[in-house]
Amino acid sequence: MDITLKVNGQEKKLNVEPRTLLVYALREQCGLKGAHVGCDSSSCGVCTVVLDGKTPVKSCTMFAVQAEGHEITTVEGIGGGANLHPLQKAFHEQHGLQCGYCTPAMIMTSYALLQHNPKPTEDEIRFGLSGNLCRCTGYMNIVKAVKQAAEEMSQTAQAAD
Amino acid sequence: MYPAKFTYHAPWSVEEAITLMNENEDSKLIAGGHSLLPTMKMRLATPAHLIDMKNLRSLLSYIHDKGDHIAIGSLTTYHQIESSSLVKQAAAILAQTVSEVGDMQVRNMGTLGGSIAHADPAGDPPAAILASNATMVIQSSGGERTVAASDFFQGFFETAVGAGEILKEIRVPKFSGGSSYQKFKHPASGYAVAGVAVCLTKNGGNIGGVSVSVTGVSDGAYRANGVEAALTGQAFSEALAASAAAHAIDGIDALEDPFADAAYRGQLAKTLAKRAIIAAWNNA
Repeated sequence: MDITLKVNGQEKKLNVEPRTLLVYALREQCGLKGAHVGCDSSSCGVCTVVLDGKTPVKSCTMFAVQAEGHEITTVEGIGGGANLHPLQKAFHEQHGLQCGYCTPAMIMTSYALLQHNPKPTEDEIRFGLSGNLCRCTGYMNIVKAVKQAAEEMSQTAQAAD
Repeated sequence: MYPAKFTYHAPWSVEEAITLMNENEDSKLIAGGHSLLPTMKMRLATPAHLIDMKNLRSLLSYIHDKGDHIAIGSLTTYHQIESSSLVKQAAAILAQTVSEVGDMQVRNMGTLGGSIAHADPAGDPPAAILASNATMVIQSSGGERTVAASDFFQGFFETAVGAGEILKEIRVPKFSGGSSYQKFKHPASGYAVAGVAVCLTKNGGNIGGVSVSVTGVSDGAYRANGVEAALTGQAFSEALAASAAAHAIDGIDALEDPFADAAYRGQLAKTLAKRAIIAAWNNA
C-alpha cells in the first residue's frame, strides 16, 4: 500500500506491505540507517526514533502505516557533518559512542528527555534512558555525555534569551 | 522478525471498526501494539485482518473527572495516565502501576485499553484494574454494556470483550485511602514475574476496607480473597500483614516457566503482598 511518512522534515512517499515495521521502512526505503534493529522485541531500544518532536518510541514495535500522520525524527535529522547537535558532539567528546551500536537511539531518547527536562539529574538521565540498553561497555560515558549536552544546550538557551 | 501477512484497515469511527470486525471473522484490533505486535512477530497471533485504531485516538484518548470516578478512554497511553495529576491524586494505584510498565518508549505507545483487553497474565495494569474495582465500558453493534473488573478477566489472554466488541472506556472509582503496587520484574522483559496491588482504608488503628489483587502468578490476574478476609477489620501490624499475605496464592496453581518455578513464584507473591499491604497502610 502507498503511504506518506514525514521523516526529518521531508515527505517520503513509500510503497510498503502493511506488515512492514517502521524501522525497516526507515532503513531500507528511506536509506536512514541510524535506527538499528537489536533485540527486535521492544526491550533494547536501539530502534528508538522520536515522534512529533518529543515522543521517543521503538520503531521495531510499530508498523510503518501506524506512523502515517506523525512527524518522525531520526538521528540523521538532528545534525551531522560539521553541524553536530550538542548531543552528538557530547557523545563524541565524552567517548559515549563506545561500540556505537546503541548510540543513535541513546541520542534520540536523550533528545526527547532534554525537551521534557532540560536540566536532568544523573538519576533522571539514568531513568530516562532505562529503555535503552548498552551491551558493550556501560553507561558512565553516556550519562556524562547527556549531562554535557544539557549544560551546553541550557547555556545556548540562556544566551538566546 | 516479520509478522504474517494481513489486510490492514484504519477505520474512522467505533461503529466502522465494529462493522469491520463483524465482516471479517479472523480480525484483531491494534491500539498501541506493544502487546499484540510482539505476539504477531512470534507468529503466536496471525490475524488475517488487522484493524488499526490510530484514527480513533481523538475519540478514545482522554482522562475525564466524572465526580465519583475517573473516565479513561481505552486508547489513553500509560504515559498520559502516569502524568495525570488527577489520576495520581484520585487513583494512585493506577498511576503507580502503569508507571511500572516497560520503559519510557513503551509507555509512550502502550495503552491501558490495549493492555487489559490483551490480558497478558504477566501484565501490570490488570492488577490495578482489579484492586481499584474499575468498570469497563464495552461497545458492540447492539449498544454499550458495562462489566465489573471482577468479571472482566477470564483466564489466559481471555476477557469479557467478545467477538465484535470494542473496549471503549475504563471507569476508575476515586479512592483516597492508601495503595501500593509491588512487583518483581523479569530482568529482561520487564514483565511481572509476580505483582501485587493493594488498596486499603484506615479505621483508626484498624484496616477498614481492603482489596488485594495478584498478577503474573496465574493464568490471569485475580483478587486474593483470602488475604482480604484476613485483613478486613483487623488491627494493623506487620505480623498481621505477613500472616494475611500467606494467603496470596490460596486456591491458585502458580505458573511455571524457565525463569521461575511455581514455588518461587508463589513465594514472590506472598512477599510482595506483605510489602504492598505495609506500604499501602503507611500511605493511607
